[in-house]
Amino acid sequence: MAEKVLMKGNEALAEAAIMAGCRHYFGYPITPQTEVAAYMSKKMPKIGGTFLQAESEIAAINMVLGVASTGKRVMTSSSSPGISLKSEGLSYLAGCDLPALVVNVQRGGPGLGGIQPSQSDYFHATRGAGHGDFHMIVLAPSNVQEMVNLTFKGFDLADKYRMTSMILADGTMGQTMEPVLLEQGEITQYEKPWATTGTKMERPHNIVNSLFLKPEQLEVENFKRYERYKKIEETEALYDTYRMEDADVCVVAFGIGARVSHNAIDEARKAGIKAGMIRPITLWPFPKAALKEAADKVKAFISVELSMGQMIEDIELATRCAKPVMLCNRVGGMIPTVKNVYDSIVEADKIGGDK
Amino acid sequence: MAVVFDKPHALTDAPFHYCPGCTHGIVHRLVAEAIDELGIEGRTIGIAPVGCSVMAYDYFNCDMIEAAHGRAPAVATGVKRSDPNNIVFTYQGDGDLASIGTCETVHAAARNENITVIFINNAIYGMTGGQMAPTSLPGQITQTSPYGRDVATVGYPIKVCELLSNVDGASYLERVAVNNVKNVKNAKKAILHAFKNQVEGKGFSLIEVLSTCPTNWGLTPDKALKWLEENMIPYYPLGVYKDRYSGEGE
Repeated sequence: MAEKVLMKGNEALAEAAIMAGCRHYFGYPITPQTEVAAYMSKKMPKIGGTFLQAESEIAAINMVLGVASTGKRVMTSSSSPGISLKSEGLSYLAGCDLPALVVNVQRGGPGLGGIQPSQSDYFHATRGAGHGDFHMIVLAPSNVQEMVNLTFKGFDLADKYRMTSMILADGTMGQTMEPVLLEQGEITQYEKPWATTGTKMERPHNIVNSLFLKPEQLEVENFKRYERYKKIEETEALYDTYRMEDADVCVVAFGIGARVSHNAIDEARKAGIKAGMIRPITLWPFPKAALKEAADKVKAFISVELSMGQMIEDIELATRCAKPVMLCNRVGGMIPTVKNVYDSIVEADKIGGDK
Repeated sequence: MAVVFDKPHALTDAPFHYCPGCTHGIVHRLVAEAIDELGIEGRTIGIAPVGCSVMAYDYFNCDMIEAAHGRAPAVATGVKRSDPNNIVFTYQGDGDLASIGTCETVHAAARNENITVIFINNAIYGMTGGQMAPTSLPGQITQTSPYGRDVATVGYPIKVCELLSNVDGASYLERVAVNNVKNVKNAKKAILHAFKNQVEGKGFSLIEVLSTCPTNWGLTPDKALKWLEENMIPYYPLGVYKDRYSGEGE
């Protein structure tokens, strides 16, 4: 049994990627995720891997596409403005059905924004990561241990479904130090007969491509992809709950927002308010079933976010607007305080609809 | 009956979609011949660009990847780093390589990435229907320079070989043309050399091929060849711009 070690979120994530068999990392320095690149630059040369500081985020994601085409585990990491630059590549990865892990340690935006934690790339990750119809699997860690576990998970799901997994962390998760257990179960190996590894003159040539000039064919490609997405929505949604058994008010929060909400719920309970939490771990697929079930039991939902109400849409869609959804948020690099969330819980308890 | 001339194995049987008189077909063949002669088809991975040769993935028998516009050198970098034993080439036009992908081109050269770049310079955007390219000549009339390329407002053409010859990392840079038999033979030699360099681990090689676009130049194929000779070659002189291993251009 491995022992817990004290690590920074970004470094723990990088180590987990190496443990998951990733031997190729391409990136570009940007706060607050640069520790991932620094860690990789130290480790990769010692284990026969590749660390390459690319000339741009655009180049980095396309280098990722190159390695992904050959079927090997590969990753890049960045923070919000850099992720915008990677959007082109994310669309091509989706169009080519290639597995890759992309990490976004979010900072405040839009534009150059700031360098403090944020969750304001929620829409980008769950809806609009680039042009065209596609999704990424979006994993939202809420502690350093999950930075590790969801990295393992992300690589596995990427291979399993031939698509991009994105770790959508807020800056806090990247910068926080916590004890973690670096332990991984058996790695599932997936066959990749489509990979462009050279024909060895033994098979017809493989083509990795997202161009389909015949609309009938491009339509089929999209339909096929969405069949896979449907299966993912049905089987891969992950979430955690806290004190939901008898809750009147349901806080929905992820990342650092969930950590703060945890304490606020305890405070509310002391004051006699039955509050609980659903914490989505996958933001896509969103844990719709859990939210829908909760809508039958609670008076109101509160979306706790470091963004301007982006997750509200998913809560309202999942619950078909059955109960009011309030917003408790701080943005621009600010983090909701326990009091912010507590006050929202008190308010939601008053205004909430009938149970 | 003895076969005296055959299609290279590295080309598929798919018919080219290129316009009559377009020289892409010649360059495809030269690349395929080089792959055949070096016996590397089974470990070669080609990267197609965005542009007229976007569907090159259908024409080469080796494994192929279709990259985003201008990103072929970055994709090639990933493929090469995945397994350095792979032979990796990109096939890019002037818009792809010298406009939207300038950054990727320069930095792949700076890293002396052990890849082979085949750069088709026909001084125009072909696929989108004849717009001004980064390599369109001063005064050249295109759809987006209808009064002729005015260097006072849009600047001068980019001379890729000259530019990259100042990049320390680049190993081999040569400009060739495919407008007559002699030049096609020279182009073949250069392309073969560029692939051989990679096999021998000699690093970044780029062959710029001056090519024609009769359709968008508005010329017949034979007049296009003449236009290339009279207008492009004087502006883009042929020759070796850098050869680290022979000291040429150093």
